[in-house]
Amino acid sequence: MITLEHVSKWYGSTQVLNDCSTRIEKGEVVVVCGPSGSGKSTLIKCINGLEPFQQGTITVEGISVGDKATSLPKLRARIGMVFQSFELYPHMSVVDNICLAQRHVLKRSAEASRNRALELLERVGLRSHADRLPATLSGGQQQRVAIARALALDPIAMLFDEPTSALDPEMINEVLDVMTELAKEGMTMVVVTHEMGFARRVADRVLFMDEGAIVEDARTASFFEKPASERAVRFLSKILQH
Amino acid sequence: MGNFDFGVIVRALPLLWEGMQVTLLLTLFGIVGGIALGIVLAIMRGSRFLPLRLFAGFYVDLLRSLPLVLLIFWFYFLVPIAVGHPVGGFYAAVVGFILFEGAYFCEIIRSGIEGVRRGQVMAGLASGLTQTQCMRLIVLPQAFRAMLPVMLMQSINVFKSTSLVYVIGLRDFLTAADLIGGRDNRLTEMYVLVAVVFFVICWAASQAVNLLQRRIAS
Amino acid sequence: MRYNWNWSVLYTVPYLGWIISGLGWTILVSLVAWVIGLALGSLIGTMRTLPSPTARAIGAIYVELFRNVPLLVQIFLFYFVLPELLPREMGRWLKRDLPHPEFTMAVISLGLYTACRVAEQVRAGIQTAGKGQANAGLATGLTTAQVYRFILLPLAYRLTIPALTNEFLNVFKNSSLALSIGVLELTSRTRAIADYSSQPIEAFTAASVIYASISFLIAFLMRRVEARTRLAGTLATGGR
Repeated sequence: MITLEHVSKWYGSTQVLNDCSTRIEKGEVVVVCGPSGSGKSTLIKCINGLEPFQQGTITVEGISVGDKATSLPKLRARIGMVFQSFELYPHMSVVDNICLAQRHVLKRSAEASRNRALELLERVGLRSHADRLPATLSGGQQQRVAIARALALDPIAMLFDEPTSALDPEMINEVLDVMTELAKEGMTMVVVTHEMGFARRVADRVLFMDEGAIVEDARTASFFEKPASERAVRFLSKILQH
Repeated sequence: MGNFDFGVIVRALPLLWEGMQVTLLLTLFGIVGGIALGIVLAIMRGSRFLPLRLFAGFYVDLLRSLPLVLLIFWFYFLVPIAVGHPVGGFYAAVVGFILFEGAYFCEIIRSGIEGVRRGQVMAGLASGLTQTQCMRLIVLPQAFRAMLPVMLMQSINVFKSTSLVYVIGLRDFLTAADLIGGRDNRLTEMYVLVAVVFFVICWAASQAVNLLQRRIAS
Repeated sequence: MRYNWNWSVLYTVPYLGWIISGLGWTILVSLVAWVIGLALGSLIGTMRTLPSPTARAIGAIYVELFRNVPLLVQIFLFYFVLPELLPREMGRWLKRDLPHPEFTMAVISLGLYTACRVAEQVRAGIQTAGKGQANAGLATGLTTAQVYRFILLPLAYRLTIPALTNEFLNVFKNSSLALSIGVLELTSRTRAIADYSSQPIEAFTAASVIYASISFLIAFLMRRVEARTRLAGTLATGGR
């Protein structure tokens, strides 16, 4: 469903993505991991066009992301994205946050949007917080609202950019639980994360990135049992110590 | 210390009130015109066309480096020349104020918009909103909340700045008080009155803005 | 628009001399007022952050008083009203025997006004530096005075250099108000040229170019100072 072919990107003279290629099939859950600065966030942001790239092609269900003729807003409405810093709109209530894109992108009616929003809030366990402002919620709660907000557009795939990195430890699980549920229901997911436990339990494949390149692209089991590259071995040993 | 004659204040009230009206009118023009011009300049500075960006940037930098007194003189002399016949100081002062305050309001507006986290725009774009929709629904509401207290404080500054029209003899509150004080040899009473009036108004207004700021923050 | 252009008026005698002397007075007024403002403002800004409620109250009252009255009115109060309010001999001395009374009063008034603005910047800088830094200093046995002197104030200055630069530029612009009590600074001199020579555009352009150049120069210099004194990251308090 999502294909990346020989994608390379430069910031000025610094190369941040180096010939990245991979395929993500419908219903797959792919975890992208690697040391800081390896380009994981950049890569995922290229998929929905938030970051431009200079070489290669990315297609989502046949639509080319890099093509100038492609309507990026329309494409982005079909892919949901969850950010490390949640990015809930502080000046709107929780339910309004979830309704905004439904009304202005999908042109749903106010009533339909609100109903869908409340449905999704129920699903992530926050129905009672519908009319509160984001600032009154904990980090974990905000991120769950952010997931609901992304799901409100009924996307065909979900992108997660380090969804739990900004959370205090005791709130990480509530977010991972929601993501696990989502995976079980068959959502196509690309998740940039350090949570190896989650990766082991939920991911179908793992991409290991280092210095802008996809160094390893393996099924979860084989990645964790026998990583092919030395860099992956070193990375895993550092991370799994915790 | 001598005798402090309150009577002179009472007798002068009608003239002082006339002067205050001029002050308030100048303030109103300065604020409304300044904000309008500020919005135009802020849009220009954010535009994709380099000439617009450069012009607005140059204008703002220039106007912020000049004293307001100089600008008042500029237009006091320039407007009659441009129009071809003598013009009262009022219109010259208004033009000077608007052009001056426009630059300051532009910067307030810009920093309000730039103060909105970049991630907010990304979140909006990621859900399929266009740039314009992001600006309208996400950035501007937040920017406005942030800049409102600052714009109100700047408006109080405009009110204080109007006193500068003294240098062209325009009969505002200060100049009226000055004239009466000079005429009746009661400068002390007059200047103290002006100071007290300005203090009370500005202090009360700034306290109100602080209150508003606290309510916005919560 | 009918206007006889004559740019040469700017370098004819005596106008050129007026511009130069006007500029000189502007610079002098600005520098002296800035020194007063910076010194007094640092003191008052510090007072507003001290534990003592009296100190904080005095600082707050000072700032509110000088902030809510227009500068022009303050200058008039100083020049015209202060001598009347003082005891007879002092008042008379101020009015007659003080050398350069206009300059002195303008400078003191501008200095006191600037102090109130500097005080707010310094206060904000100290508060940004934060209790954490203060506590770290106190924990090693430094007295409060030492903490301010070695930790808080140096940090506060570096944090507020952009704001203080802005204040300095404001002093330069505000120096023009000294003309209202007869100080022959740049704006008043160019206005005189405009009056005498009937060439206001040339005269005011000269003044504008000079003010703009000074502002640009100061901003440029300050950016270099800022770059040199910039603290790595934000603050050495864990990068927050």
